[in-house]
Amino acid sequence: MNWSLFAVQLLNSFQLGALLFLLSAGLTLVFGIMNFMNLAHGSLYMVGAYVGAVVAARSGSFVLAAAAAIAFTLLAGVLIERTLLRELYARSHLDQVLCTFGLILIANEVVRYIWGPFPLSISVPEALGGTIPLFGQNYPSYRFAIIVAGLAVALGMYLLINKTRLGMLIRAGSGNADMVSALGANIKLVNTAVFAVGAGLAGLAGLLVGPLVSVQPGMGEPILILTLVVIIIGGVGSVRGAFYGALIVGLVDTTGRIYLQVGLQQLFERSIAQAIGPAIASMLIYVLMAVVLAVKPQGLFPVKNG
Amino acid sequence: MKTKAVIAALALCMASLAQAQTPLKIGFLAEMSGLYGAPGQDQYDAFMMVVNANGGKLGGVPVDVLKEDTQFKPDVASQIVDRLLERDKVQLFTGVTYSHIMLAIHKKITDKEVFLIGSNAGPAQIAGERCSPFFFTTSWQNDQLAEVVGQYAAQKGYKRIFALTPNYQAGKDFMAGFKRMYKMPLLDEVYTPLNQQDFSAEISQIQAAKPDAVYVFYPGGLGINFVRQYAQAGLKRIPLLNTATTEGINLPAQGDAAIGAVNGSFWGPDFTNPASRKFVADFEAKYKRIPSQYAAQGYDSAMLLSSALAKVKGNISDKKAFQAALKAADFQSVRGDFKFGNNNFPIHDMHMFEAIKDGQGRLTIKTIATPLKAIRDSYADKCAMK
Repeated sequence: MNWSLFAVQLLNSFQLGALLFLLSAGLTLVFGIMNFMNLAHGSLYMVGAYVGAVVAARSGSFVLAAAAAIAFTLLAGVLIERTLLRELYARSHLDQVLCTFGLILIANEVVRYIWGPFPLSISVPEALGGTIPLFGQNYPSYRFAIIVAGLAVALGMYLLINKTRLGMLIRAGSGNADMVSALGANIKLVNTAVFAVGAGLAGLAGLLVGPLVSVQPGMGEPILILTLVVIIIGGVGSVRGAFYGALIVGLVDTTGRIYLQVGLQQLFERSIAQAIGPAIASMLIYVLMAVVLAVKPQGLFPVKNG
Repeated sequence: MKTKAVIAALALCMASLAQAQTPLKIGFLAEMSGLYGAPGQDQYDAFMMVVNANGGKLGGVPVDVLKEDTQFKPDVASQIVDRLLERDKVQLFTGVTYSHIMLAIHKKITDKEVFLIGSNAGPAQIAGERCSPFFFTTSWQNDQLAEVVGQYAAQKGYKRIFALTPNYQAGKDFMAGFKRMYKMPLLDEVYTPLNQQDFSAEISQIQAAKPDAVYVFYPGGLGINFVRQYAQAGLKRIPLLNTATTEGINLPAQGDAAIGAVNGSFWGPDFTNPASRKFVADFEAKYKRIPSQYAAQGYDSAMLLSSALAKVKGNISDKKAFQAALKAADFQSVRGDFKFGNNNFPIHDMHMFEAIKDGQGRLTIKTIATPLKAIRDSYADKCAMK
């Protein structure tokens, strides 16, 4: 058992976990506090990636691209929430799903219309273009930076939710939104702020992933599915749940698929292992989600009420 | 009596004039837009370059090319073929980018004794048991793209090879083709989910395994992502052998990350034979980009059709004569020597190409080896035709 390689795979898992956390923190709050199923979250991720790609190409500065991506998706979030989604809070989840699914389709077509169907790419920023020797391997500095960014956002979210007034309103709202409103707090403003922060984080995730994978129409949907799995496993409405859920999904998906194959090759003949391994590997996180739903349906780290 | 003769002669003249004026309807089927549209667009552009350069004619015969996007969906392709056959009375089909589309329409077209001149997809079944005298292709048999890389790897003496492809039929076929020629056991053989875009875990496995070389088949967007991530991990020192990954279509997006990677194909833009030189010069002048192998295939299919149509003077209803004219392959292919095997697939050389930057700073490929000479595909024996 190559423990150095295992450590590197853990790093890869944390890197995926960091990206998933950025996406799921926002989505879980929106679902938990506003009881709103926002499928268009993946589209905000895609828009962040596109804005980042365009600004990076024009200006050559990754930092400027990051600022632009976050600012644009934050404002887009405010706009969508105020105009469109506000009307749907009182409606059933199915109506919300239908509306936001429509937003996905519109977003994909708009992006395809403006930038065409072929993938764009974002260059890795110069400073992060190299590798760091870690655990006997050359680990890409950029991936390591994503882990750091994820941890920084996690710390920021912790401070926001536990140490600020807005955070107090969020915590109260996730327990009982009507009571918060009755007590005189402007719940509408809280909702807009929560949605905007979630959108900004999704945009940041989209930008961060740009140098790794291509920016293309429809890139939001696969990651949206993973994000939903994260918030179900972690517990809807709980940012703590999003954090640990993202870690777990990152581990199961990344390290899981490699060591499942290693394990299968010990047990079975190579050609059999190669036939069944990839199929089982793609199912792992969904099997985990099903088990969590069966055993602890409110999630592994649900919001603590009362 | 004389009047009747004159009228009869006039009628005959009109009839033959009308026949000469009615253009030959050709259905061009490919994916030409969207994420899967890059190869098909090249096939079409090159084909139409020949048609337009000859005033809307091939071999002196006026043609009407009906362009249809099969949208990567076999059922859509099937419906399009039905419509073109019944409503538009198309007499000849060409193009066809993807194997699953080809498999959906090949039988439908050839059973009706309509000609299909493919210029890309070459699945094993239609080179073998399902071969047809109405099908010809100017591309290759799919496995050859991997076999040449396997042969090259064996010749270079690489002992430890780490191989990866996506987990679907084409991936498995190419892996099998590579192993058919490479023959030694692989260090590891990894099949990644088809929608997996981030290869961090697999790349870490490669780093730890320290192979002599890596073989991949990652087409389109997957190839762009893999090559960029491979370079980001500092792995370019390990030779990256590949099929359909660092090729003309992907190179601009991959940029410097692709330099040094080695790809297997039948043609490259640096070929020196006169047909290829003219093709590359004309294509670059017209479309302002370096042609890919897909464009070369489309170009050859247009030149093949020109030669065959000229021989039969546009009369393809004499099917035996047209088959003979096509089989003769009396044209200068951009790949050099060209002839059809018993299954109407080409017998040609397969080469290896290295990705480099040319004098104008553009990414392109240069020929570095010819591991397979005048090779017939591996399924020709299964074809009943002689």
